[in-house]
Amino acid sequence: MPAAIHTAGLTRTFRAQNRTVEAVRGIDLTVEQGEILGFLGPNGAGKTTTLRMLTTLLAPTSGTATVAGHDLIADPRGVRKRIGYVAQTGGVDPAVSVREELTTQARLYRLTKAQAARRTEELAHDLDLAGLLERPCRALSGGQRRRLDIAMALTHEPSVLFLDEPTTGLDPGSRADLWQLVRRLREQRGMTVFLTTHYLDEADALADRLVVVDEGRVAAQGTSAQLKKEYGGSVRASLQDAFIALTGREARRETERAPVAV
Amino acid sequence: MSHLLADTGIIAGRYVRQTLASRLGVLFGLLQPLLFLVFFGPLLRDIDLGGAGDSWQTLVPGLLVQLGLFSSAFAGFTLLIEKQHGVVERMRVTPVSRLALLLGRLVRDVLQLFAQSLLLVLVGVAFGLRTPVAGVAVGFVLVGVLAASLASLSYALAMRVGSPQEFAPVINSLNLPAVLLSGILLPMALAPDWLDTVSHFVPFRYVVDAVRGAFMGHYGDGTLALGALVALALAAFSLGLGTRVFKKAGA
Repeated sequence: MPAAIHTAGLTRTFRAQNRTVEAVRGIDLTVEQGEILGFLGPNGAGKTTTLRMLTTLLAPTSGTATVAGHDLIADPRGVRKRIGYVAQTGGVDPAVSVREELTTQARLYRLTKAQAARRTEELAHDLDLAGLLERPCRALSGGQRRRLDIAMALTHEPSVLFLDEPTTGLDPGSRADLWQLVRRLREQRGMTVFLTTHYLDEADALADRLVVVDEGRVAAQGTSAQLKKEYGGSVRASLQDAFIALTGREARRETERAPVAV
Repeated sequence: MSHLLADTGIIAGRYVRQTLASRLGVLFGLLQPLLFLVFFGPLLRDIDLGGAGDSWQTLVPGLLVQLGLFSSAFAGFTLLIEKQHGVVERMRVTPVSRLALLLGRLVRDVLQLFAQSLLLVLVGVAFGLRTPVAGVAVGFVLVGVLAASLASLSYALAMRVGSPQEFAPVINSLNLPAVLLSGILLPMALAPDWLDTVSHFVPFRYVVDAVRGAFMGHYGDGTLALGALVALALAAFSLGLGTRVFKKAGA
């Protein structure tokens, strides 16, 4: 079975005011099909830039990648047909109704009008949005909004789902619901999930495997237990201990945050 | 390419539905030219404006161009707001044609402008405007092409800048001189030589003159042809630039 995501030497530099910022200096990673991968790293480590490259939003400066069976550089359209992406900000217009967003999204994936209407009902049912279809998106709660964002990304039944900090700002109950949803997507549809998070308990509880990036490179990867043992000193160490041992200097990070979230 | 038309239709549909849902916004854009028509237009009635035709045939075409200039120059604002909500990126991750994301918006903008223009002309008729229907139709097409060009530039700028704070000053500093120098309120026939010369470097001037000619029923004296040529050249340049910006990833 080919990997869901495979990258080799992926880099991205930005030019800003006569200087070059190397946001991503070389990412090599492999994500197996059906895996839930936690992508961790301090602010400015290159997480979002990597995610934006893997989802075709940003062209890599160098390197190669295959995502969902398609070459990222040669065939971005092929990639787009097979992936779903939920950005940190979501991606719905607050003034537009939930039904309008879901139906138009389905049309953008080239479903016919009838198919799009049917798909909207299915998704609303699956993600517990059925009673909310006529409401404007701004009227949804944080948890409902997140479910809608994910429903939008599931329109075309992608094989790889990218989630950028999906539970930031959610209350504990909504977070637990979202974890359940991610596990269900993997179990029922064999979906590969690539998620970034700042919550180490989330990474610990949800991800099969973790990739830690720092300064634009992969600093470590493995299961949560492996990272705790290798970098935290023992399997009983917290993931936070391992994380700080790996990336260190959290105080410095805050003052030296690179301007990479372009 | 095969999907471009269908995708443009889908995107246009989304924005037309949004526009119809907020009819107040359509009227709001019309407010300024309507105020000029009602409170400024009557002042011109007995003044010699230096050209053929009466004062309404001079003012209403100018106001149409002004409407097109303002509404399309600020079109990018809506894109900026959508960018902040992540709507643009969310759409760019789907297989939708990149160019359709621009063209669909332009279709909405031009349709909205036609609806506003029609209202403006009808109010003008109530005040005393008399003009051939064919001339009005030709004028609408010219203003539509001009507006699509400017909206395309506005969207391209909005795609490149990060915030409304970067966007608004650029638009404001270009728009007012453009309005003043293209003879929108009063024809440049009244201008001293130096001002008339300067205004010849502003492309909108030729479009204003052409729409005025069309409203008077003069189709063959070269003014209309020149205005149409300028509008088309502007459209080719603007749509080319807009297409490049929208097709490039990471914008």
